[in-house]
Amino acid sequence: MSISETANPRGSVVDRLRDALPKLVLSPTVAIVAIFVYGFIFFTLYLSFTDSRILPSFGWVGWQNFENLFRIRAWDTAVWNLVIFGSLYIIICCVLGLLLAILLDQRIRAEGFIRTIYLYPMALSFIVTGVAWKWFLDPGIGIEAVVQGWGWTSFEFNWIKDREMAIYTIVIAAVWQTSGFVMAMFLAGLRGIDSEMMKAAQIDGASTFALYRRIVIPQLRPAFMSAFVVLAHMAIKSYDLVIALTGGGPGTATELPATFMYSYTFTRNQMGIGAASAVIMLMTIAAIIVPYLWSELREKK
Amino acid sequence: MSTAAKTTSFSAGRIILYVLLLLFCIYYLLPLYVMVVNSLKPLSEITAGGMMALPQEWTAAPWFSAWSSAQVGVEATGLRPYFLNSIIMVVPAVALSTLVGALNGYVLTKWAFKGSTVLFGLLLFGCFIPFQMVLIPMARMLGLMGLAGSVPGLIFVHFVYGIGFSTLYFRNYYAAFPTELVRAAQIDGAGFFRIFWRILLPSSGPIAVVCIIWQFTNIWNDFLFGASFSDFDSQPMTVALNNLVQSSTGVKEYNVHFAGAIMAALPTLLVYIVAGRYFVRGLMAGSVKG
Repeated sequence: MSISETANPRGSVVDRLRDALPKLVLSPTVAIVAIFVYGFIFFTLYLSFTDSRILPSFGWVGWQNFENLFRIRAWDTAVWNLVIFGSLYIIICCVLGLLLAILLDQRIRAEGFIRTIYLYPMALSFIVTGVAWKWFLDPGIGIEAVVQGWGWTSFEFNWIKDREMAIYTIVIAAVWQTSGFVMAMFLAGLRGIDSEMMKAAQIDGASTFALYRRIVIPQLRPAFMSAFVVLAHMAIKSYDLVIALTGGGPGTATELPATFMYSYTFTRNQMGIGAASAVIMLMTIAAIIVPYLWSELREKK
Repeated sequence: MSTAAKTTSFSAGRIILYVLLLLFCIYYLLPLYVMVVNSLKPLSEITAGGMMALPQEWTAAPWFSAWSSAQVGVEATGLRPYFLNSIIMVVPAVALSTLVGALNGYVLTKWAFKGSTVLFGLLLFGCFIPFQMVLIPMARMLGLMGLAGSVPGLIFVHFVYGIGFSTLYFRNYYAAFPTELVRAAQIDGAGFFRIFWRILLPSSGPIAVVCIIWQFTNIWNDFLFGASFSDFDSQPMTVALNNLVQSSTGVKEYNVHFAGAIMAALPTLLVYIVAGRYFVRGLMAGSVKG
């Protein structure tokens, strides 16, 4: 601390130090976050307005990179793929997760065991999931070859090699990985629902279907919100799975913003454009996360 | 099913329920089954179209190959050195971020000051940013720090971006810890660290486990940072596995790839099997704040 502070007449150095101790303990974190999160965000934001190529450069070019970005066909593909992948991923995970949670909520024998099986893919890295599904979906040795080997010789399942269909294979693998986790979120939500109300409705003669549709599912709103935020944020960040499963191909058929950013920045030496694409990714995530965090932290008070 | 028809509609429903649950079990287990089974058979059996079948000839050779002789980088070292890299990387990164998270959580709940909620909010947002936003400056920063392309560099990166979540865990946990106990200890003359070591830390076991599992899984499974900030010698397991699988030279040794994939998955799978309940709690706390 500075000399003027130690000379402060109001208290001894030890006292002042003791009072400041909690803040001192927190200060390295504050410094780290200030530099490595917010400082870096501003650095990348700045780079997105410069003519950086292989290395960061500080020649200001204004909105040029963003204009160029939106003219690049691969970016167009990446954004469109994110829309397809993201919406299918979120919808299927939520539907499947809710279905599994409802099934498991029917006082099942060995519930813990089954839950363990549904959830374990979440422990695997996307790289492992990608490798497993890559060979599983490969027409040469995977499902197609197996079914043909069983005698259905005209069976075809070559989506992973098909430009039009390859993006759906990313959805398949991602859903396998995450749906069990979404199930766990809904299961926790279901367990938190007032059972008196359900009993009352049952006595009134409500069918199981009506019970869920009218009483249970509306009460799962917070679980839906959390699931949406987590899944949307995972979809936007998706990088590993694409790299391991298709490498972005065939061609650029499974390119996503995350893979686009990486290749433009580090292999195509267009750092300015890469930075601009990262800025767009950040804005998209911020649009989802900021309102969510805002409401969560405000409720706490 | 004939048996279902004979019994009441109630148990017919139960049977359908269990059949559905069983089908989903198969769905989730199938890829794991395929990985295990194919890692134990000779390549010829896979290419002949027997991916689903049990091995006709059981062999552990793909495992030995993946571990110690497969061509991953320039030299045919197998995945062993990269597995070690991941271990050397994950242990200090988890320990550091957990410790700092515990201290932060303690300050933010028991020594809260004006603006600490805002600070926490800013910290939390840092957990969710797309890391593409920090790749370029971080690459430069690691270079300036002399840590580029090294395992210590990766430890540093994972430590830095692990603090947000570990703070989140401990903050939410300590928020429920009775503040009166802290105040009483303060009146008795206990200082900041004394209260932490003697009162909060001894009761932090459950949350520490959750935090460690979360950090371990995240850091072990990371690919983006590993791919961006490591050299051939310092690659973590995920990056090495991807290189093994994507390498275009020679025959595709699917059985070796499957064995390697299981190796990369084994540590986190073990954690999940041993501490499954805490793993789930960690996942949930990472998503549903409160």
